[in-house]
Amino acid sequence: MNEYLLIFIGTVLVNNIILVKFLGLCPFMSVSTKYETAWGMGLATMFVLTLSSICSYLLHRYLLVPFELEYLRIIGFILVIASVVQFTETVLHKTSPLLHQVLGIFLPLITVNCAVLGVALLNIQQQNNLLQSAAFGLGAAAGFTLVLALFAAMRQRLNAADVPWAFKGAPIALITASFMAVAFSGFSGLVK
Amino acid sequence: MITAITSMAGLALIFGLILSYAAFRFKVEGNPVVEKLDELLPQSQCGKCGYPGCRPYAEAIINANALINLCSPGGENTVHSIADLLNRDFVPLDQSTVVDNRKTWAVIDEQKCIGCTLCIQACPVDAIVGSAKQMHTVITAECTGCEKCLPPCPVACITMVKETPSLALWHWPLPCGAISQKAA
Repeated sequence: MNEYLLIFIGTVLVNNIILVKFLGLCPFMSVSTKYETAWGMGLATMFVLTLSSICSYLLHRYLLVPFELEYLRIIGFILVIASVVQFTETVLHKTSPLLHQVLGIFLPLITVNCAVLGVALLNIQQQNNLLQSAAFGLGAAAGFTLVLALFAAMRQRLNAADVPWAFKGAPIALITASFMAVAFSGFSGLVK
Repeated sequence: MITAITSMAGLALIFGLILSYAAFRFKVEGNPVVEKLDELLPQSQCGKCGYPGCRPYAEAIINANALINLCSPGGENTVHSIADLLNRDFVPLDQSTVVDNRKTWAVIDEQKCIGCTLCIQACPVDAIVGSAKQMHTVITAECTGCEKCLPPCPVACITMVKETPSLALWHWPLPCGAISQKAA
């Protein structure tokens, strides 16, 4: 249990997927203009990342390794992740319209995100087992959600702030993001 | 090589079968009238009706009682088929889906003006200057284009002028459908 907790906290704070690994930067910049949307995106990511880490682990362990097809893992992971997300989206639409309304638009958006593929590949690289993969995926997604929500809250205040004309909009957002990355580098060494 | 091809193809086949089964098994039944109406519309998603696309327009006709004659790309034929489907009366195509909201103002032909001050009394915003037996003129920036000065003028020397559209002034008409309703 301790080990999974360490993996979780380690991926949320120390090896944050956005600010340390620099994956998933496009939703980080584009979906962070509103606090509520950031949460929707974060929840959808949490769902997809955990699911896709498990699925890609199973694919790698039981299909690619026995047949010595490791070189096909990128295309295989994309195939599995896209299908699983599409499947859940269809089922969700039927069974829980409310949840579908919250997550619906974000699910296909997050499928093609580099963070999802990145986490699957990192799992293989770190030789995580099934539960470790799930913890890693959940942690990465929680870190993603945390940073996205923090950043969105800051950007909403930045919109109202008196920013010099040349820095208005994207430039000040990028500068803010870089400060956040510096702040998060302070967590390194928290978990060995 | 063969294992690679067969395993990938097999995987794709399995997922394809699962997805098609899911699409069939978990199909969400929408309003069937909306579906039919959506099929009648041209699917160019141009937004000229003021709704974000053809399907939102179809939903608005059913749920929000939108007019059926707003689709100008579909033309009269589309209006006819929608009227048939919904058992409503045919309405001629609405030519004014684009609202003309350019700024208008009054201009006094100063050669003809006799200085009667009737238009000055009629003007609700005091946009006309001049005095008795003196030539009048309109302060363009103050004029709201209400046309109240037109009827009293005994010599009909006032005309309404519209702002000429230029690249800087022109903009897309705002959609009046789902988006602005949410914003409001």
